[in-house]
Amino acid sequence: MAKIITMTSGKGGVGKTTSSAAFGTGLALRGFKTCIIDFDVGLRNLDLIMGCERRVVFDFINVINGEARLSQALIKDKRVENLYILPTSQTRDKDALTQEGVGKILDELKKEFDYILCDSPAGIEKGALMALYWADHAIIVTNPEVSSVRDSDRILGVIQAKSRRAEQGLEPVKEHLLVTRYDPERVEKGEMLKVEDVLEILAIPLLGIIPESPAVLKASNVGMPVVLDDKSNAGQAYGDAVGRFLGETIEHRFIKPEKKGFLDRLLRRTA
Amino acid sequence: MSNQVAFRDAPFQLRGSTFTMMVLKVSDPHNPNFFPVLSGKIAQAPNFFRHAGVVLDLDDLPAGTPFDMDAFCKLLRNLGLMAVGLQGGTKEQQDAALARGMALISAARGKAETFDPLAGTGRSPAQGLANVQGQPHAPAAPTPAPAPAPLPEPAPQRTTMVIAENVRSGRQIYAPGGDLVVIGSVSPGAELLADGSIHVYGALRGRALAGVGGDQTSRIFCQSLDAELVSIAGLYRVSEDIGKDIRRRQVQIYLNNGYLHIDPLVTNVA
Repeated sequence: MAKIITMTSGKGGVGKTTSSAAFGTGLALRGFKTCIIDFDVGLRNLDLIMGCERRVVFDFINVINGEARLSQALIKDKRVENLYILPTSQTRDKDALTQEGVGKILDELKKEFDYILCDSPAGIEKGALMALYWADHAIIVTNPEVSSVRDSDRILGVIQAKSRRAEQGLEPVKEHLLVTRYDPERVEKGEMLKVEDVLEILAIPLLGIIPESPAVLKASNVGMPVVLDDKSNAGQAYGDAVGRFLGETIEHRFIKPEKKGFLDRLLRRTA
Repeated sequence: MSNQVAFRDAPFQLRGSTFTMMVLKVSDPHNPNFFPVLSGKIAQAPNFFRHAGVVLDLDDLPAGTPFDMDAFCKLLRNLGLMAVGLQGGTKEQQDAALARGMALISAARGKAETFDPLAGTGRSPAQGLANVQGQPHAPAAPTPAPAPAPLPEPAPQRTTMVIAENVRSGRQIYAPGGDLVVIGSVSPGAELLADGSIHVYGALRGRALAGVGGDQTSRIFCQSLDAELVSIAGLYRVSEDIGKDIRRRQVQIYLNNGYLHIDPLVTNVA
């Protein structure tokens, strides 16, 4: 049975699209047929992060409006088998999304795919609501800082009130926490919230902790999901998160600052 | 081929088209000379008028003048003309026209469309690609278009839309019925649509769809080609299929024998 996962956060700039690209690619790498949908109508970015912006002809909104078939709009990833991207429109706005239109497309995708990953826009308005309405799972992307945590708390409330599962009194949406841009050194100095603090407020299961890493920006700029960079700690952390999502028990890594060798300390002191 | 138009398997193509059609402005249908004079006019070019479609315009008919649509159209038919549509008229006259199978044609004089750069036109690239042009008041009846004729009926004017600024991401500009000229650059995520040709005096980094109404003679010109997608009359090419050799160069894009060609613009400067 196909599952719909919504990547959401409330707050902007926390790494939803980066996480959608990495997590979706991670699922496909594990052999699941996966489709990532960009719900950020008017601020199209997923195709850039996935490196398929040069191949967009039709988009999500064209399919909703019946101007193109789903098969014409889906873009197959060239690197990973089983991975597809449904880009959105840059020239429209969120009003182009309708609950029925989105539902119809998701139903169609459910016949073909194992996982459908909805990359939500920021905010709690129409775009975000459309992205979360049909969700079976919600991955809440949070940075270890107070405003992000507060917005995540807010979006959790929205999911619990306004999703289809909530409206129809079904089993609630399964919530997962993904802490991104985590910098163990700054946490140690008290400049950033600890994972425990975030968990205490949000009180949902922890799916993964993605360390702040230059590999993320680098991967974004070349249009490659960071999970494909298996040498980077961020890439490995996303791989772990996918494993945990699929039910594996994997210990959290990259929480403590890396042990500095004698030479490192010496160099830092003189630098 | 990726540059083949989508929707080829549709069982029909719905397009807007423009016909030159005669409009018969009726001001005094009860004048005893009405039909004799008309008949004399037709006698001057009988082949041209044979089975020619004609749109009745009753706007000049004084209010309250009795008008028998049925009888009038029969008399026209006797002269060889076919009344295919009605422009203006009262509610009763319009009902009578509809009952006879005539189309109601609203006065599509000149360009009533206004340009709203941000709201766009409600058009989508898909519509452009599919050649589905929703021209609201295209002549309804498939009358044979009269050949270039002695009638002084000017073709609808093609107008040019000029945008003298950079076109940013997310903006959609449609030039209905003519060319679109952009004096500036077009950002990725912006979209230009025109029924005619598109000229960009700057870098084209967004999408450009020329000839969206189906005009295969339209072209795209730009100073530096780095487009996400280019299309002429529904045939398109995405960025990935645009060769490195022509990227970031002055080019023109046109259709020839059903293929989309992208050629560098070679200028011979002495």
